[in-house]
Amino acid sequence: MAEERRQKQCSVVLPTESMKAMAESVGVGQLQEESCVALSEEVSYRIKEIAQDALKFMHHGKRRKLTTSDIDNALKLKNVEPLYGFQSQEFIPFRFASGGGRELHFYEEKEVDLSDIINTPLPRVPLDVSLKAHWLSIEGVQPAIPENPPPAPKEQQKTESTEPLKLVKPGQEEESTIQGKNQGATAADGKGQYLEKGLMRLKPRSTHELSVEQQLYYKEITEACVGSCEAKRAEALQSIATDPGLYQMLPRFSTFISEGVRVNVVQNNLALLIYLMRMVKALMDNPTLYLEKYLHELIPAVVTCIVSKQLCLRPDVDNHWALRDFAARLMAQSCKTFSTTTNNIQSRITKTFTKSWLDDKTQWTTRYGCIAGLSELGPDVIKTLILPRLAVEGARIKAVMEGPVVSNIDKIGADHVQSLLLKHCASVIAKTRPLPDNVEQYRTDYGYLGPMLCSHVVKARTQAALQAQQVNRTTLTITQPRPTLSVSQSGLSGSGGPRTPSIIKVPSSLTLMSPRPGTPSQPSPPATKYIVMATSAGAASTQQFKFILCTFWCYDIFLIHSGGKKSFLHHKLGNYLANFSYAVIYSCVRVPTPQLLPPHCLICTAFCPCTNRLYGCFIQHLL
Amino acid sequence: MAAVQGGLIDTEEEKDIKTEPANDGCGNNNNNNTANDGRLLNASPGSISSGGSNKPATGALEDQQTLLAVLQFLKKNNLSESVEILRREAGLSEDTEDSKGLDSSGAGSGGAAGNVDSESGDANSLLSRVSVSSSAVSASAVQAPSKGAGEDQPDVNVVLSAYSQQGDPALYDVYYSSLKKFIESVLDCHRAELSQVFYPLFVHMYLELVYNNHENEAKAFFEKFSGDQECYYEDDLRVLSGMTKKEHMRGNETLLDFRTSKFVLRISRDSYQLLKRHLQERQNNQIWNIIQEHLYIDIFDGMPRSKSQIDAMSGSLAGEAKREANKAKVFYGLLKEPEIEVPLDDEDEEAENEEGKPKKKKPKKDSMGSKSKKQDPNAPSQNRIPLPELKDSDKLDKIMYMKEATKRIRLGPDTLPSICFYSFLNAYQGLTAVDVTDDSSLIAGGFADSTVRVWSVTPKKLRKVKSAADLSLIDKESDDVLERIMDEKTASESKILYGHSGPVYGISFSPDRNYLLSSSEDGTVRLWSLQTFTCLVGYKGHNYPVWDTQFSPYGYYFVSGGHDRVARLWATDHYQPLRMFSGHLADITCTRFHPNSNYVATGSSDRTIRLWDVLNGNCVRIFTGHKGPIHALAFSPNGKFLASGATDGRVLLWDIGHGLMIGELKGHTDTIYSLKFSRDGEILASGSMDNTVRLWDAMKAFDDLETDDFTAATGHIHLPENSQELLLGTYMSKSTPVVHLHFTRRNLLLAAGAYNP
Repeated sequence: MAEERRQKQCSVVLPTESMKAMAESVGVGQLQEESCVALSEEVSYRIKEIAQDALKFMHHGKRRKLTTSDIDNALKLKNVEPLYGFQSQEFIPFRFASGGGRELHFYEEKEVDLSDIINTPLPRVPLDVSLKAHWLSIEGVQPAIPENPPPAPKEQQKTESTEPLKLVKPGQEEESTIQGKNQGATAADGKGQYLEKGLMRLKPRSTHELSVEQQLYYKEITEACVGSCEAKRAEALQSIATDPGLYQMLPRFSTFISEGVRVNVVQNNLALLIYLMRMVKALMDNPTLYLEKYLHELIPAVVTCIVSKQLCLRPDVDNHWALRDFAARLMAQSCKTFSTTTNNIQSRITKTFTKSWLDDKTQWTTRYGCIAGLSELGPDVIKTLILPRLAVEGARIKAVMEGPVVSNIDKIGADHVQSLLLKHCASVIAKTRPLPDNVEQYRTDYGYLGPMLCSHVVKARTQAALQAQQVNRTTLTITQPRPTLSVSQSGLSGSGGPRTPSIIKVPSSLTLMSPRPGTPSQPSPPATKYIVMATSAGAASTQQFKFILCTFWCYDIFLIHSGGKKSFLHHKLGNYLANFSYAVIYSCVRVPTPQLLPPHCLICTAFCPCTNRLYGCFIQHLL
Repeated sequence: MAAVQGGLIDTEEEKDIKTEPANDGCGNNNNNNTANDGRLLNASPGSISSGGSNKPATGALEDQQTLLAVLQFLKKNNLSESVEILRREAGLSEDTEDSKGLDSSGAGSGGAAGNVDSESGDANSLLSRVSVSSSAVSASAVQAPSKGAGEDQPDVNVVLSAYSQQGDPALYDVYYSSLKKFIESVLDCHRAELSQVFYPLFVHMYLELVYNNHENEAKAFFEKFSGDQECYYEDDLRVLSGMTKKEHMRGNETLLDFRTSKFVLRISRDSYQLLKRHLQERQNNQIWNIIQEHLYIDIFDGMPRSKSQIDAMSGSLAGEAKREANKAKVFYGLLKEPEIEVPLDDEDEEAENEEGKPKKKKPKKDSMGSKSKKQDPNAPSQNRIPLPELKDSDKLDKIMYMKEATKRIRLGPDTLPSICFYSFLNAYQGLTAVDVTDDSSLIAGGFADSTVRVWSVTPKKLRKVKSAADLSLIDKESDDVLERIMDEKTASESKILYGHSGPVYGISFSPDRNYLLSSSEDGTVRLWSLQTFTCLVGYKGHNYPVWDTQFSPYGYYFVSGGHDRVARLWATDHYQPLRMFSGHLADITCTRFHPNSNYVATGSSDRTIRLWDVLNGNCVRIFTGHKGPIHALAFSPNGKFLASGATDGRVLLWDIGHGLMIGELKGHTDTIYSLKFSRDGEILASGSMDNTVRLWDAMKAFDDLETDDFTAATGHIHLPENSQELLLGTYMSKSTPVVHLHFTRRNLLLAAGAYNP
């Protein structure tokens, strides 16, 4: 293996054609083949040499990526004049051209009008470097705070649940058991485990003892989640969805949810059921948790919320349908993430839904739930399970809608089932069924629902055509649960329109969420405020981010923008700015090596230390 | 300060006799380490008269030749007065000079240097050596530190020409294969040792082919045998693989390293005899010549070493260190702390305030502590290196230190330190160096955008002295004049220092927190005042990037090392270096002062660590064993041990007194950028590019050590395979490479790095 690689190293030389092409580009017409060979060997050697020197700079710069400035420094070392000029903020791709049997890759060198560059608005001033302290370890134990990686990484949780007999690495094992704070007990326990493991490879019994802080956290969170204050609930759910240290508390939460659903279904307490489902959603959203172990508690709770006969006190008025939809989406999401060949979640769930749907005695509410649950599982399921039954279901609806004696509740139920079927089936049919859309044809194929389906399909087709025309917009997803159930991440909700910019105040701190240690005589930097704005990449909205920097120093700007690189252009900009008494500057996220990053990174590398998350958007630092 | 200056300069002038000031910055070798400035050369006769007293015992002839070379130089530069003085002192007559002048200068300015160089280790070599090598060696001394300068080109040719005499290129393959077959067929116990020969032989044969324009044969040779080489030579092989033409050899540093420094192998006598007999029987002169000319075989009596023993020590660019290189006595003990009376009442008051009951025993302990530190037999004499006198403020700081020390937590496997992590946010991969003051009140960061930033991590903000105009308004008689001169208005938590024109790779606070040093890609080391937050001095001397710099633990001196392969020792009030430590074959990547300030350790890209004596500039230790460039060094607080970390992700532990490797700590998966011992030396913390901080049980690592006489004498080491037992903890940060580690005076561990989203 290594040998092969070395051989390659030895032989890699620039092709002589490149030499020819380059010679032509500078006006040397006929270059001898021999000179080409000599040149290419020499050039290859020099390039290798420079790359090797550049690596030194990378190592001393304490980076893993080689940057253009490393190459510049290496050139300087060799007494070669570095490359001057404009540093593009974007990735410039190679252009390809062929003709006359030759292929050419080249950079397009456009002539740039200096005044254009000067007149373009300045890039944003990057956020200033700041220092932040946190505890990496307290007397040998790593605290579970957002600044630290999760104590039990998701991968480990996954292997634990899928391959429970596999030995866990000793270091990690210790970390996760010691987490329980009760150090003396767990240490002793740990020894026992090793002994056991050595003898018969049993899965270690792990103790789940919560620290006082964790108990307090659990109490606060659960109270907030089912309490009456919506703002508090939003914060609590946000914490569940983002906090990395919840691994230990997961069993408690899942029990809380399953018990809560059991009790509240009996009492028909719709509001509480919704809150509990939102907790499930938040747990699923948490990137550090792997729920597989707790599905036996969560799935029954979720399925209950989908298919239960009655979920609310007044089924004719209350909107329990939304809860069924929401829960169905959760179900689909967990099927997608956790279904494996061993647990067969998806097939089991599908079987359950179909069985009760096929039952004639099933009530409309349950029927609705089954259909919703199935259709959320994806177009394939719709195609194979729902479409064939459309005619039968249509007849049933017809019987209720047009039949003589019906209770109001049945009618509402049938109505909802109808619109649900139309919504989900239309999009699938639009994709699979060939044109034209003939009403009669639809009627023969799908019976009672045919004509309505036809009009829906037509609508879906035009919408799809419209969307295809539209430019692919950069939209932003925020995994922030909104007060309503409308934001769901299942991705199957069809075509959400362009989102309106939403301004969300990031909670500055959730004091109860973890015992944040006081740093030793460490003045925390002044509380920085971040406003996260969702925005498309358009320039129109940049007006919002303006701020005024009253006094600045030419040299300062020069350094900020160019990172110490003396490029002619930046210098010019500095002088240009100095002519103003103030300048309007847009803050921007500086990307040190644009060439190495995909272009969209320009707007998505913002990091919010409050939540320790990356936001795909601009973050403005308010001075 | 003045006394200090005088002291060191004197010793330096004594050395100046031996200085060979041919050209600025490149005419240095191991024994020649003074600054090459004319001012020192033209020193007063008084100081010159003591010349030679400190000289190592070299042959009289060599001495004379050295002197002659110096004389020649002086003459050439019309420094007739100096010539007179020197001649009188050395007792040389005009005609000896004239008659011998020719041959001494024959080898160019390097002649003198070469002789001195060869004196060090080769004298008692068992191998009969061909005299051809002396010219090569002499050139090496000149060559090593200088690169690319036009005047050096002739010497490069001298170096290279040694390759020219060789025979039929087609046979190289056969020679190498037959040797390979032979070595594979010998007894197991010899095989490992003899296998060491492969790599240097391979390199030299390849270079010979290239030099003689057998490009295709060279490529074929490389392809055929490069796969057999040990994996840790891969970096060098990559360089070699690119080199396929004679023209490439000129100016290639790696090549020069191979050629100018003899590759050192340690082989037992039996194995060596075996090899020798084989080569002579087969009339394999080609290989025999290479072995004689380009290799230095250090033969020892006794059992051949095992594969693991060899692997532990090999990996450096030029083979293992010669045993003689590590025989010099090193005074690794600590200096006696000056007696400072701790104001007892203060202590009591504080204790009372804090805990209600005064602890009367504490002050006693203190005085006990200072008394017990009687002169360590291994310590250098107190004034071996002149150190600056303690100022009042230093004494106050010492008192603070002692107070803090009483509150220090005793660490151990059961009481691990807490780690506070300072993340640099929004640094965009631009953080290149970090340092923390000894009292942990300030943090400084060097950045790729050429700035140096200083943060205060205590509530005390950073204030600078008022401007001259404002200062003139101050009442100088008032008691709080020191407070008044500070400008409150501009006080802030952080200050930015502008001045460098390239990334800042090294940074170091002075022990008294008044100064900050920074070294940069632009080739300068800058001294900054932390009173005015301005640059005071730019030390120029390194013409290439300076990778690291560090203040001496006693202040005043500092050391710097960089791409030019020379480490320089400076004093803050001299704009030129006091000592130049040259000998490394590649970039010096990190520099550290020994706690007693008498020695300097440097780590290099040639994968060796060298320890230099500050007094005379000699290299007193060479440690080989790392398989990648060394990026971190740390002395244990008692001065006995050294820890080093490299890009290979391993931490190696060294016993300075015996000059031996004593431990290997495996665990990191990427370059180690920082190492630090806890204040009492029980715990070693290592921080790496793999985003982890690891804690190791240093006490255990050093306790297990049994250095018997045999090991000490032969340098054969048996490394205990216990690095997993020694690992006390691994702490992962989210995505922050650990660039710096620091133990506070109370043994809290501070780590720092830039968050890389």
